Amino acid sequence: MSTLEYAAQVREIAADFQVTSGETVALLGPNGAGKSTVLKVIAGLISPDSGAVTLAGHDLAKVTPHDRGVALLAQDPLLFPHLSALSNVAFGLRARRARRKEALDTAHEWLKRVGADDLADRRPDTLSGGQAQRVAIARALATTPKIMLLDEPMAALDVNAAPEIRQLLGRVLKERTAIIVTHDALDALLLADRVIVLEEGQVVEQGPTADVLTHPRSKFAAQIAGLNLITGVWRDGDLTHGDLHINGLTPEGAPTTGSPTIAVFAPSAVAVYADPPHGSPRNVLPATVTELEPRGQRVLARTQVGELAVAAEITPAAAIDLGLTAGTRVYLSVKATEVKIYPTG
Amino acid sequence: MATNQLSLGLPKWVYLPATLGGLFVALPLAALVLRADWGNFAELITSESSLDALWLSLRTSLASTAACLLLGVPMAAVLARTDFPGQSLARSLVLLPLVLPPVVSGIALLYAFGRRGLLGEPLELLGIEVAFSTIAVVMAQTFVALPFLVISLEGTMRSVGQRYEAVAATLGARPSTILFRVSLPLALPGLASGAVLAFARSLGEFGATITFAGAMQGTTATLPIQIYLERFTNPDAAIALSMTLVVVAVVVITVARPGRNAL
Repeated sequence: MSTLEYAAQVREIAADFQVTSGETVALLGPNGAGKSTVLKVIAGLISPDSGAVTLAGHDLAKVTPHDRGVALLAQDPLLFPHLSALSNVAFGLRARRARRKEALDTAHEWLKRVGADDLADRRPDTLSGGQAQRVAIARALATTPKIMLLDEPMAALDVNAAPEIRQLLGRVLKERTAIIVTHDALDALLLADRVIVLEEGQVVEQGPTADVLTHPRSKFAAQIAGLNLITGVWRDGDLTHGDLHINGLTPEGAPTTGSPTIAVFAPSAVAVYADPPHGSPRNVLPATVTELEPRGQRVLARTQVGELAVAAEITPAAAIDLGLTAGTRVYLSVKATEVKIYPTG
Repeated sequence: MATNQLSLGLPKWVYLPATLGGLFVALPLAALVLRADWGNFAELITSESSLDALWLSLRTSLASTAACLLLGVPMAAVLARTDFPGQSLARSLVLLPLVLPPVVSGIALLYAFGRRGLLGEPLELLGIEVAFSTIAVVMAQTFVALPFLVISLEGTMRSVGQRYEAVAATLGARPSTILFRVSLPLALPGLASGAVLAFARSLGEFGATITFAGAMQGTTATLPIQIYLERFTNPDAAIALSMTLVVVAVVVITVARPGRNAL
């Protein structure tokens, strides 16, 4: 088992958290919060001023970086420019004294698993950003790390490559212990079981991904999240949840029929009506208001749709016009173009 | 480079001193070519003393280049990758032979390794006499050529940075594996040009060699020393041998391409 316990201080960064074996945790936080520093401490590239990091029960202070079993995947794939893609993947295996043939066979296997077997003989400078990141993922996984650290692995990719890499990571990180540093709520949503929010070097919030993203308590999580999430199953071009059918965009491709999916939309995309609205393609959900929260110039209306919680951000004037109070029955309307649906399985 | 770009910061008068400078470098080389006895060229450079000098220069320069690699690579790695008190002082010391008059280097070597030198007695007890031997030639060449390798490799290693080395470590590579399979291959351009420059400097070494090793035909009289010795008695041979060194220098400049790499 490879549970990680982190309780170390570097300068003013004093984070304290755990990652259980097999769990993928998203580390969120603003720039300069210390996310990358935390990863470097775990990888052994920075030594902490005090405190301890243990992995699978071993105090990492006593383990050299090359013996830690900690793989690091950065924003820049950092493939060794003097080696072919295949030799890059075989590098870690050769460094651990695997026989040449064995190492190359295993490397081929990993390239196949990340869908990059055809790139085996290519030099890194001939690969696109997405291709290079695929090879880098294979290279990291080929060493069978106890924990995988990902430092904004999609940040340097273009808009077409990012979804493919995200899907690949979703597949390979399942059942693996991993920490992924990201700015993007979507990465957390699709890749992480749990979210830890770091602000000014301190853990300010942590919890299951869906909880943190729908009910953020920290300033940073509220900025990037505060989203409505509806889970369901993909059927006939809609996300189906009980009697509800949610229509939306599928930016990462349509899920396969019957597969688990998730619909994401911002509270600001939700309009509230007293009567069922008509018009352009939109989702209409009958709801009951449970709570009204002031949000600066706006009002956040929390509602129940069946057993689902959905928040709507409206103007105070609209809240007064509609006479909203806890218990008011309303219709929520969300344009299909404001809803994004992702496969989660 | 863009050929249509105008050089706006270049006044016309600059061409005059620039051309004079070019002529100043080219004229002596042209004089050498014009003065050479081309009819007997082959004969002159294949005389016994010439061949001895050529062969000795080649052997000692290769040996000193190897010594520079053996000592200089670790020195460059330490300077590029560590941070210790007195490091800039250490770097200055390593680079000192670059600016030291070679004859001073020769005297210094003599008082360190010569018979009456610092290590002379212990070396003599071991039956090793360094001064005025071929080993002394290699030592003198290594002493003056080492900074070329160190400065070139250290610069390249610094500009490559440590990110690839960090990745290699997380993939399970030990420090020695990282040095040989990542750091040095990535710094190969600097390593190669440093080695070529060190070889060229060794080949041209004169002052330190003649002071520390003397000028005995076959054992210590390298090409430059042979040229110096023959310039009055047999000027045609001296010119022919000089032409040989000019050709080697042109080859080295082409191979090492200073400016495109670290130097």
